[in-house]
Amino acid sequence: MADVKKVATRQSYGEALKELGAAHPDVVVLDADLANATKTEIFKKAFPDRHFDCGIAESDMMCVAAGLSTTGYVPFASSFAMFAAGRAFEQVRNSIGYPHLNVKIGATHGGISVGEDGASHQCCEDFALMRSIPGMVVMSPADDVEAKAMVKASYEHQGPVYMRFSRYGAPVIHDADRFTFEIGKGEVLREGSDVALIANGLLVAEALEAAELLAQQGISARVIDMATIKPLDEGLVLKAAKECGRLVTCEEHSIIGGLGEAVCAVIAKHGLPCPVERIGVNDEFGHSGPAGALLEQFGLCAGHIVEAAHG
Amino acid sequence: MTKEEEITLRKTACKVRIGVLTATHGAKAGHPGGSLSAADVFTYLYFKELNIDPQNPKWEGRDRFVLSKGHTAPGLYAALAYRGFFPVDDLPTLRHIDSYLQGHPNMSTVPGVDMSTGSLGQGISCACGMALGLKKQGSTARVYTLLGDGEMQEGQVWEALMFAAHYRLDNLCVIIDHNGLQIDGPNEKVMGLGSIPDKLQAFGLNVFQIDGHDFQAMEKAFDAARQIKGKPSAIVLETTKGKGVSYMEGQVGWHGKAPNDEEYARGMAELSAQLAELEAV
Repeated sequence: MADVKKVATRQSYGEALKELGAAHPDVVVLDADLANATKTEIFKKAFPDRHFDCGIAESDMMCVAAGLSTTGYVPFASSFAMFAAGRAFEQVRNSIGYPHLNVKIGATHGGISVGEDGASHQCCEDFALMRSIPGMVVMSPADDVEAKAMVKASYEHQGPVYMRFSRYGAPVIHDADRFTFEIGKGEVLREGSDVALIANGLLVAEALEAAELLAQQGISARVIDMATIKPLDEGLVLKAAKECGRLVTCEEHSIIGGLGEAVCAVIAKHGLPCPVERIGVNDEFGHSGPAGALLEQFGLCAGHIVEAAHG
Repeated sequence: MTKEEEITLRKTACKVRIGVLTATHGAKAGHPGGSLSAADVFTYLYFKELNIDPQNPKWEGRDRFVLSKGHTAPGLYAALAYRGFFPVDDLPTLRHIDSYLQGHPNMSTVPGVDMSTGSLGQGISCACGMALGLKKQGSTARVYTLLGDGEMQEGQVWEALMFAAHYRLDNLCVIIDHNGLQIDGPNEKVMGLGSIPDKLQAFGLNVFQIDGHDFQAMEKAFDAARQIKGKPSAIVLETTKGKGVSYMEGQVGWHGKAPNDEEYARGMAELSAQLAELEAV
């Protein structure tokens, strides 16, 4: 996909916030000294009086967002996934989740593709953490088009939302003119009947490439973009399991607690005889390196998905 | 404040303390010590300071109160009940299964509770967010938050204080219930706090330090705090844990223990006598 336009979804986040801010005066953005990296600086430039830097204090920021939401604002609290979901987990759980406040969390730098910063900043646990909070919507977009639509959908949704964006460029696979996004709905990007590849984030493009490779081998792979991890589109998962009989989940997250386990739970609940292979980070920490090389090294590329599809 | 008004507040505080005993006795659990040390400030806030409407708890123009030291919910609930937010008769259902009076304040179920709290250190940050939002909207409403002294060992409290000073939240009043005791013992033995007023001052707040059981002193401090512009205020209340019930006063063991039937009867007798004495004035 070398000739396809690539955009890091953190960039999409910043641009979408600016558009949202222009349309809705109740949108405010919080950051914790990372506006330059999370790209909320794009919003800040346009609406400096609605952007609040909280300093390097993510725990405080989440609770400030909670308080702001009670006065009618719709705060987008932004940091790296490691700090938004990790460091501030209990603040998100108790001050945002428990009272079910209308706070949106924009977490950039998710997954191993953070790259050179290394393991301390490569958050592969955020889906697991955020999924476990009652009432929390958890999403991760595949590309620029989906990311922007997701940010707007999160504003329309009443209640807490966690969105994970990437630092690494993602191929733009959606057509902005025709794309519509609905929270909790997966999207079939490619039809297929032998195996279904259920992916989110950067791995959606990898799954599409894997499907192409599988087609050359005579295997028909369905590709599903499962941008919403919670609430999961159970109907689409079940349909894929029944029609394809084999699933591969693909995510830039630990194989523990993310999309893969969420899909497995659906299959188990319905007692379907459908094997599920999980592509993800195999219960280990990452390390420094270029994002592309890390994705390859940690088994998160099209070739690995092809192997998993074969079983 | 007239003498008459002070007596009225003292009578109400007595009732709030009765409510604390009734609730924790009914729950067979809960935190009477810190509820009683803060009973006077709960009374002052809900019967004198706060601009609120019990008939319309979600009124947009209201002053907000965030109980950052959420474990002293019995004190807050008693004040809210006597102020008319919900029936006083419901207080003994505290902590019961299916009661709306949760062990720690729940804004989704309890009328008059402005923020769900209980995990120490978080309420003050939520109060900062409220103060920022109200200020941006040009509202004249104020935000009050009450912290325990032990709670100040939470690092997030200092993050919030920096935030409050940085954004010049002069509509925010941070109140500290300095009773000197926390679960494991005296503050200074568990984790020394040093001078709380000095630290608050250094963090850019306008600080008042007063007797937390003196309504005249409270009026002076809260009135002065309202006049401070450009920075948040802090009122450090010097208090006695368990205040008003002789066998609980200054006793760390009453931080999180409910009175049994005999203790409850003794405490109620003491508080009833105090109330009768005030009625006779």
